[in-house]
Parts: sequence; C-alpha cells; structure tokens
Amino acid sequence: MTTDLSAPRSPGGTTTAGKGKRPRPPFGVSAISLIAVLIALFALLPLGYVVYMTITTGWDTAVGLIFRPRVGELLLNTILLIVFTVPLCLVLGVGGAWLVERTKLRGHRVWAVVLAAPLAIPAFVNSYAWVSAVPSLAGLFSGVLIATLSYFPLVYIPAAATLGRLDPAIEQSAASLGLGPWAVFFRVVLPQLRVALSGGALLVSLHLLAEYGAFAMIRFDTFTTAIMVQFQSTFNGSAGNMLASVLVLFCLILLLAEVRSRGTARYARIGSGAQAKAMRLDLGWYQMPGQLFLAALSTLAVGIPLWSVLRWVAAGGTEVWDAAEFVPALLQSLGYGAAGALATIVVGFPMAYLAVRHPSWFSKTLELSNYITSSMPGIVVGLAFVTIGLRVVPGTYQTAGMVIAAYVLLFLPRALVNIRAGLSQAPKELDEAAQALGKSPLTAFVKVTLRLTAPAAAGGAALVFLAIINELTATLLLSPNGTSTLATEFWSKSSEIDYVGAAPYALLMIVLSAPMTYLLFQQSKRVAGQ
Amino acid sequence: MIEKTSPVVGLRTTAAAAPAGHLDIADVAKSFGSQPVLKGVNLSVLKGGTTAIVGPSGSGKTTLLRLIAGFEHPDAGRIDVNGSTVAGADQWVPAHKRQVGYVAQDGALFPHLSVGQNVAFGLEGARRDGGRRAEKTRVAELLEMVSLDPSMAKRRPHQLSGGQQQRVALARALAREPELMLLDEPFSALDAGLRVATRRAVASVLKEAGITTILVTHDQSEALSFADQVAIMRGGRLVQVGNPFVVYTRPVDRPTAEFLGDAVILDAWMEGSLATCALGGIPVRRPPVQGRVQLMLRPEQIRIAADGPISGVVLQTDYFGPETMVRIRLADNPTLAGRTGANGLRHTAGGEVITIRHWNASIAKPGTELFLRVVGEGVAFPPED
Repeated sequence: MTTDLSAPRSPGGTTTAGKGKRPRPPFGVSAISLIAVLIALFALLPLGYVVYMTITTGWDTAVGLIFRPRVGELLLNTILLIVFTVPLCLVLGVGGAWLVERTKLRGHRVWAVVLAAPLAIPAFVNSYAWVSAVPSLAGLFSGVLIATLSYFPLVYIPAAATLGRLDPAIEQSAASLGLGPWAVFFRVVLPQLRVALSGGALLVSLHLLAEYGAFAMIRFDTFTTAIMVQFQSTFNGSAGNMLASVLVLFCLILLLAEVRSRGTARYARIGSGAQAKAMRLDLGWYQMPGQLFLAALSTLAVGIPLWSVLRWVAAGGTEVWDAAEFVPALLQSLGYGAAGALATIVVGFPMAYLAVRHPSWFSKTLELSNYITSSMPGIVVGLAFVTIGLRVVPGTYQTAGMVIAAYVLLFLPRALVNIRAGLSQAPKELDEAAQALGKSPLTAFVKVTLRLTAPAAAGGAALVFLAIINELTATLLLSPNGTSTLATEFWSKSSEIDYVGAAPYALLMIVLSAPMTYLLFQQSKRVAGQ
Repeated sequence: MIEKTSPVVGLRTTAAAAPAGHLDIADVAKSFGSQPVLKGVNLSVLKGGTTAIVGPSGSGKTTLLRLIAGFEHPDAGRIDVNGSTVAGADQWVPAHKRQVGYVAQDGALFPHLSVGQNVAFGLEGARRDGGRRAEKTRVAELLEMVSLDPSMAKRRPHQLSGGQQQRVALARALAREPELMLLDEPFSALDAGLRVATRRAVASVLKEAGITTILVTHDQSEALSFADQVAIMRGGRLVQVGNPFVVYTRPVDRPTAEFLGDAVILDAWMEGSLATCALGGIPVRRPPVQGRVQLMLRPEQIRIAADGPISGVVLQTDYFGPETMVRIRLADNPTLAGRTGANGLRHTAGGEVITIRHWNASIAKPGTELFLRVVGEGVAFPPED
C-alpha cells in the first residue's frame, strides 16, 4: 500500500494542469443567464416606458400635468380607497381565517372553501352584479364595498395557510407564561402572520390601483380609470402618460412599504421533529354569531353577485345565448388563456431555474426586476406596449403576439412562484444521481428535473390562465380589432347597460374561474406545508 | 511499506510518476470563487480497496468526491481512473461517461419513480435488449444483493425507512456495475443502531462485488471500521493516509490525533527513543525531535493496576454504562521535577489532569487514589510554541 503523505508544499512547477484555463461553467448556465437577462430587460419595459415618457415630456409640461387639481382629486380618491379597503380586508381576512382554522366552527371545511370563492368572480363582474341590483351605487363607499368583497380573499388565503401551519407549541408556551387567549392571539399569533398580512395588504392595494372595470362601472374615478378615459380621447397623450407616471410611483412606494413592514424577520419553525396539529378553540356561545358573520359575508361576496348574474341570465331566457356571439368569445378567451399560460411558463422557467439552482446577486437582481414589474398595473403595461407597437416596432400593435407578451409580463410572477416551488422539489442532487447513472446532462434534466417540476408548472399555468380569462384592461388596449373575449364582450355589453346581454359572459367567466380558484386555494395549503 | 510520521520530513517519496492504483489523484486543487477548497490533493486507491476520506465539515472531502464523480471540474491537477485520465489539463470525461457509482447523503432517490424504476434507471438503454423481463429479474437480483425483499420494487421511495432508502440507492448505483463506488456520507442521516447495521451490510456487498470504494464521512469511527485505507483531510489537504491502525496509533500531528479519537497529551522530555513524562518513561518509535515534546497516548493505553508505578487522584467520573470516564490528577513526579533541558527551559511534569476510561465504576470514586500503568508506545509531536 502506498502510504502517501501529501505534503502541503507541492514542489515548484508540478502544477502543469490548466493554469489560467477556466473550468467550464455548469451545463448551459451561461445560455440560461443570457435568456434570463433578456427576459428581465423585457420585464422592465413598462417602467422604462414611464421613465422615458416623463423625461421626454419635459419638466415644465410634466409639472403642469402632474400638479393640477384633477390629479389631486384622483390622488385623494385612490388614497381614501386604499385607506378604507385595506384595513377592512385585513379584518375580514384574518377574522375569517381564524374562525376557519383555529376554532371549532361547525362546517369549517366548507367555510374554508366558501371564503376563497369570491376570487372566482372578477371584480368588474362583482361591480356589475351590484350595480345592476342597486343602480344607485356610486362613489367612494360603493367602491370600498365592492373592492372589499372582491379582494378580502387575497388576505384570507395566505392568513389561513399560515394560521393552519403555526406551531401550537409556541402558543402553548405563551399560555404557560401566563397569557390569556386574547393576549396569545395579539402577542403571539398575529405577529407570526406579519409576512402573510403585509403581502396580502400589498396585493389588495395593487389590485385597487390597477382595477379599471369595477370602478368605471360605479363611476368612481381612480388613476386607472382616468388614464383609460385619457387614452380613449387622446389615444397616447402626455396627460395620460403623466397620470401613469404618478400611478407607477404610487405602486413603487407601496412595494417599498411592504418590504419595510415585512422586515427581515423569518417566522420559520425552529427545531426538528413532527409538529403537532393546531388546537381549535371551543366557540361556545359564540358559535352562532360566528356562523352568522360568515353567512353574511359570503352572502354579500358570493351570494349577491351570483344571484344577480343568474337573475339576468334567467331574465334573458334562451335568446341571449347567441352561439354566433358567445362561442367565438369563449374560444378566443380559451385560446388567449392557453397561449398566454404556456408562454408565461416557458419564459418563467429560466428565471426560476437561475434563482433556485444558482442563487447569486445576479439572480436576485433579476428577481427584483420581476417583482417591480409585478406591481405595474395592466393599464401601464398596456400603454407601454401601445407606444412600443406604434413607435419602436411598427406593425406589432394590435397583434395577438403583443397581447400575449403583455399577459406574460403581467402574470409572470404568479407562474414564477409555482415553478420555483416545483424546482425546489427537484434538488440538483437528483440530476447528478441520474448523471452518475449514465444519463447525459440533457437527458438527466428532462427525465428528472423537468419531470419533477411539471406538476407545479401546470399549477402555475392554471393560475395564469385564470388571470388571463378575467383580464380586461390590457386586453381592451392591445387586442386586435374584432377581438372578442369573454371579458371584453361582457364589458362592451354592460357598458351599454345591456345587463341581460352581459349576463351569459359573466356566468361563463365565473364557471371557468371556479376550478382554478379551488386549485389556488389547495395550493396555498400545500405551499404552507399542510 | 514506507511510513512517514512527520509532515516536515515526510515529503512524498512515493512519486506520483508511477500511478499504480485504480484511482489516482494528483495535485488536485479547486476553489469556489475566492475560497480555496482543495489545495493540492494526492491520493492513490488500489483496485478493490476501500478508502475512507474523513475530516471535519468544511474540510473539502465532499468536493473531492464530487470531482471524482465528475460533477465539478478541478482547477488544477489530474484524476486518473484505471490509468486513463478523466479530468486533467485538457481532458474531461463527463459524469455520465465515467463508470462511477455514486450514493448521496440522503440517497437521492427519484421521488416520481417506484423503487424498481429507481433501480432500473441506469439500466435503460444499456441493457434494453434483454427486454422488460430481463430488467425485472435484474432489479430483483440487485435488491436481494442489498438484502431487500424484491417485492419492495413496487413501493415508492417515501414508503421506505431511511436505511432502506440507502440500500435502494446502493442497488441503483450497483446496477451499472461500476468500477468505482463513491459514498458521500451515506449513513450519517440514519440513527445510531441503523447506521452500524447499514454500514456493515453495504461494506460486505461492496467487498463481495470487489468494487473499489471511496467513503466520505466526518465520523472517525465509521472511517476506521469501514475502510482499509483512511485519508484524513483538513483545510483542503490530506494530512495523512494510511491503514486504520496506523493512523489511529501513529497520527502525524496533534489535530489528527485528536480528530481520530480521545487523546491524552502530556508535556514530555525526549531522549533517544524514550519520552519521560508524568506517566513515567514511555517508548516512542522514530521521534521527530529531541528534548521538549508533546506526548500523545490513547486513553485505553493507560490502565488502572494495583502495582502501577504512577499514582493519581480521581477528580470526577462520568458513568456511561459499559465504561466510565475517569478524570485523574497525576501526582507530582519527584524524579522528573527540576530537570532542565539543553535549551535551558525547565521541564515540568506531574500535577496534570488526564481522562481515561475504565470498565469498573465502583473503584473510581472522586478522591480515591489510583495506580496506573501505560501499555505500548506513545507518539511524540514537536512542542507547539
């Protein structure tokens, strides 16, 4: 046997092998990086557009267009909308989640799904349902009512997922330290919901800023509705662009606020071992009020919209179901949904791959660019593409390709979350194991990594599909002449106060969205590890 | 056999010019970013032999294994398998073209495939001609080889225990009849009892198949019991390579001695091949220096004996069942005190506290005076200052 003491000092000149010869980077990473950079640049187009427009408008014009009473009015409207709606959503979302997840509420499994159901009803359909039932609805408080009912599930779903996953041992420790049930909730449970709540609040705020249809329907002016009006009158005027700049600034401030409020803390469970199931509080005499609260909430959020839509469908009878009209709309919606979902997954994969397999400042920067884009309202993305389609790449405006590109930008973050989760289920050790078993890197990637990521990617595609079916603003701005999707057809009918004619489209959107919403709900549970 | 006991005089005399082993690693270096992980590693492994690379976490042992497997490129140096270079200056054989089996820490079973499909994963293509039936027989054969029931082939990886998963991973790696098997801490995720049993089973399977094996581990007892060659890695270098008995009883330096097991370290005075310390005169084979040294003994070399020449007082005991750890303060040794070395430094001895093991808990109550005797040789290291 060779007893070989490898001496620390290797004799001079023995390092014959590759000085200055860089080892090859891991398989295909540089190509993937290049693609990811291109995608990130593409993702920053809307922001770049706004900045470019603000600069080229010129200082004096910009100041004149921004500092005027109309902008102040819109600003006040938007701020009031956020100030009223977000806390309401937080209270309803956390309250509902707590009842469903942590109390012995009768039928809590059913309630858990019912509370997520409003997501299946697009906000503008909700608005239509309310307005057609109560025609006097208008202004701020109608906006708050409809927005709250549409968006509280955005808080409820993450809050419920987190609540169900919290380690009961922490709460038991708090109780043993002398805290009563209420003190435990406010001092132990609520702080652990911080990440879920600040994320939910951000989502609600961004939706409030981006929503067009729901507020236009009740004649409540926000930045988005005002920009749309400007676009329809002057097409691509600087007044609209400056409003877009203020809107984007608003979105960025919200993003920053969320980052600040979320903090750097992580509320992961420390320690190993199986976690006990969360305890449920006995409601006692509060069982009835709890049931009544949830019944009232779901009646307002789901019952009234559904009843209203069905009422109009019934009123229309069979003649509103004009196959020549709704079949093409349905097919186009499905087509755009499928193509957009597929494109988003294809575009999202390299970014997710870099982030999971090669985390670095580089991949973090790429993710940041996506994060920023995710806050851009559909109207801004739409305006950016209109300008690019008219000035930079002529001939692309009002093409299906451009619509799909806008969808990719708008919904990429949703797909990324899923693909990332899927990729972390496929650690690179598995890829290596396959290579050690004689599979080429490409075969190993396809047979192991792609295969294992497929279910999560399909889930992401479904969510993007859902979002596209219910997208209105960017579709209105960008779609080719003669395009009719369920959303645009619904919109043109309901704008003409043809409530009966709009009803079938509303119903179809709800029916298509329902399974996807259920999927989203299930998935939130799984991400939280239940 | 050439042995070296000191890194100072121990420059490699077995020249790397004549790679005789099944696997030869020469001057391999690897950095991640600006962080050097391997700083010139040389290792030779004989055909059919088992080598354990052992070292604290972060010492670079897993990186070395990944270089051998072909998952990473070395920055410098060469790796030869069977005399042909698989990684070198301008040669590169990718992982899937090396006849190398690899078992990862957690087994890395494919979660979307059944146990049988996992085992057959490497068979596809290479052995398709035999058809589905031949594949099935081969899978059953492999499962039996690692002492698993062939009926397990239908199960999913998550339905298996940790030890079973590791055996499936081994069967999967064995399927392609690799020349070289790389095991990356495959037992460390298992609990103590299972670890020993699985290790024994794996060792016997590999030995029977005559496969050259390299095991990476941070557990010295695992390394000593598993392998016929142990390589100790520290700070990106192999500090000592040798058979388990040699590295345990004659470690090259104090950190290696302490890494491989409990060690009693005493100041001693070296004259010729006799070290004088608080435990008396201890023979040392080929001492590296004369005069002041640090003397290393294994606790089991120090026995409690009624007629022992050295006395000490028990300070503390820790009872472990089969044996007791006894902390003893050694008595002052009048024959040593006051001796002055050639360098003028006064040599102190006696009064030191050592820890030994003893099977009989009842004789070692704190305060009891005990008599001790040293068995065998000690190892001398140059003084630290």
